[in-house]
Amino acid sequence: MGDGTGTGTGTGVGTATDMSPATGAGGDGFITLDGVEKVFQVRRRTGLLRRERREVRAVDGISFRVARGEMVGYIGPNGAGKSTTIKMLTGILTPSGGRLRVAGIDPSRERTRLAHRIGVVFGQRTTLWWDLPLRDSYRLMHRMYRIPDRRYRENLDRCVELLDLAELLEVPVRQLSLGQRMRGDIAAALLHDPEVLYLDEPTIGLDVISKAKVRQFLKELNTERGTTVLLTTHDLTDIEQLCNRVMVIDHGRLMYDGSLEGLHEVGESERMLVVDLESELPPIVLESEGAGGGPALRAVKVEGPRQWLAFPAAASAAPLVARIAADYPLVDLSVREPDIEAVIARMYESAP
Amino acid sequence: MRLYAVVAGGAFRRYATYRTATAAGVFTNTVFGFIVAYTYVALWDARPQLGGYDTSQALTYVWLGQALLMACAMMGGGFEDELAERIRTGDIAIDLYRPVDLQLWWLAGDLGRAAFHLLGRGVVPMFLGALAFDLALPGSLWTWPAFFVSVFLGVVVSFAMRYLVAMSAFWLMDGAGAMRIVSLAGLFFSGMLLPLNLFPGLLGEVARALPWSSLLQVPADVFLGKHTGWGLVEAYAFQGGWAVVLLLAGRLLQTAATRRVVVQGG
Repeated sequence: MGDGTGTGTGTGVGTATDMSPATGAGGDGFITLDGVEKVFQVRRRTGLLRRERREVRAVDGISFRVARGEMVGYIGPNGAGKSTTIKMLTGILTPSGGRLRVAGIDPSRERTRLAHRIGVVFGQRTTLWWDLPLRDSYRLMHRMYRIPDRRYRENLDRCVELLDLAELLEVPVRQLSLGQRMRGDIAAALLHDPEVLYLDEPTIGLDVISKAKVRQFLKELNTERGTTVLLTTHDLTDIEQLCNRVMVIDHGRLMYDGSLEGLHEVGESERMLVVDLESELPPIVLESEGAGGGPALRAVKVEGPRQWLAFPAAASAAPLVARIAADYPLVDLSVREPDIEAVIARMYESAP
Repeated sequence: MRLYAVVAGGAFRRYATYRTATAAGVFTNTVFGFIVAYTYVALWDARPQLGGYDTSQALTYVWLGQALLMACAMMGGGFEDELAERIRTGDIAIDLYRPVDLQLWWLAGDLGRAAFHLLGRGVVPMFLGALAFDLALPGSLWTWPAFFVSVFLGVVVSFAMRYLVAMSAFWLMDGAGAMRIVSLAGLFFSGMLLPLNLFPGLLGEVARALPWSSLLQVPADVFLGKHTGWGLVEAYAFQGGWAVVLLLAGRLLQTAATRRVVVQGG
């Protein structure tokens, strides 16, 4: 494995996998990747007739296991290799090397057989029939996946109820809002009872209420049906609310695999306390109370009476707020969560 | 099979939702029908029995052309722009996730579209044409089913050609140029401008042997009672042969394209 994984704190790939109890069970996971690689040949014109061949390693030796019923976040910056991995998992890309199994099936060899057991949702693309009412797309799924009539009706009723689709069934898809369409797409991916669901940016572009609805539904799906869920996202809240486990990929390598809290530790990520004081004051610094040394909280930016105070993401905000309120004329405050890009960027810096 | 029936039904209703567009199309077909009909009247007045048709048969040919223009997609139209666009944007990846056959899927959709266009865009112009002119309608009742079989085969040939063109988008990235060429070729070689029987010598031989003649020339001749008995079987064999060859070529190209996508990415 690459040098990015040993991050000094010992929460690299190997140990992290042991930490999450679900993955430890059984030798082979439901989804198994062993040293999977994907190398693209890119030809570039360098002269009038000369062409240079270059290799692009989109996925560079990734290994992980996902147990049945797990809900895993798969994150990383743009171009990190997330989509390539998902494409290999669904069988529309063949790996250049390594071994890959989903439910014991080699996806690229038996794509059609696997298709009956997986569901795929893209935030930015739709599988629905654009010009026709939502119900027609579901009827199509019914036939496409040869779903028994009774099961189809049950599943549809359940999705309609939980995703609030009752009033949308007769509406042409082109007239749906993005949030409504997304819910429609999720339902379409679940009518055939897939054992595993891949979600690519399921909440992108959605408003807060729609996001909450989608998350709530996914949570229920996972607990009630035991559906294995793998989701890629840029929204850390998705991960926080849904996933016990998160995998970070960058430059085609697995940088981290473990809990979200662990990721904050590894990334030494910081949360931000934004405070409004009664008047302009010198930057606030709080020393840590234990014998640890180093500031528990420090000001990183001051703008008039407003100050931005950074503190470790793993620390609780409550005692810090209490101390500030006791010592300073506090008017208002808010807490900002770290964004994943910053965490990953810091992981890089701290890597040897 | 039921899946493909649902796909065809969906495509039918999808085109049926655009009623204003259909009405506008019917209007266009009718106006063009009249213009071409009067041109043919002048032509056949000067040269009676041109191409073996009398004036009434020539006029029937004109209105058949208007009625089948959309159904057989002689100038293109229908699914291929959409498919090429899906290839260009990468949405085609979604289609590959599904447990369906890509070619059959699109064929079913195109048949549904053609069925709608035959009813929505074909019946009214044909009816109006029959009111205004003395058309040579089939004498035998059996000619009608024979005609519809020929139209069905024509649609399949038309689909197979357009599928080939759309598949080229995997390599060309932008299929618009190829589509323009095929649409122009279709206009001429289907016999939409003039019946292919009129063309003498090698050009006529070649034009009649190309797959496009399955789109209008052959169905029209079946309608006019030019192919009966073994002649009808021969006409079907000609259309069916092209359909099989072109569908197989499309399948070959599809396999190559899928492999390319699967190995090389989008």
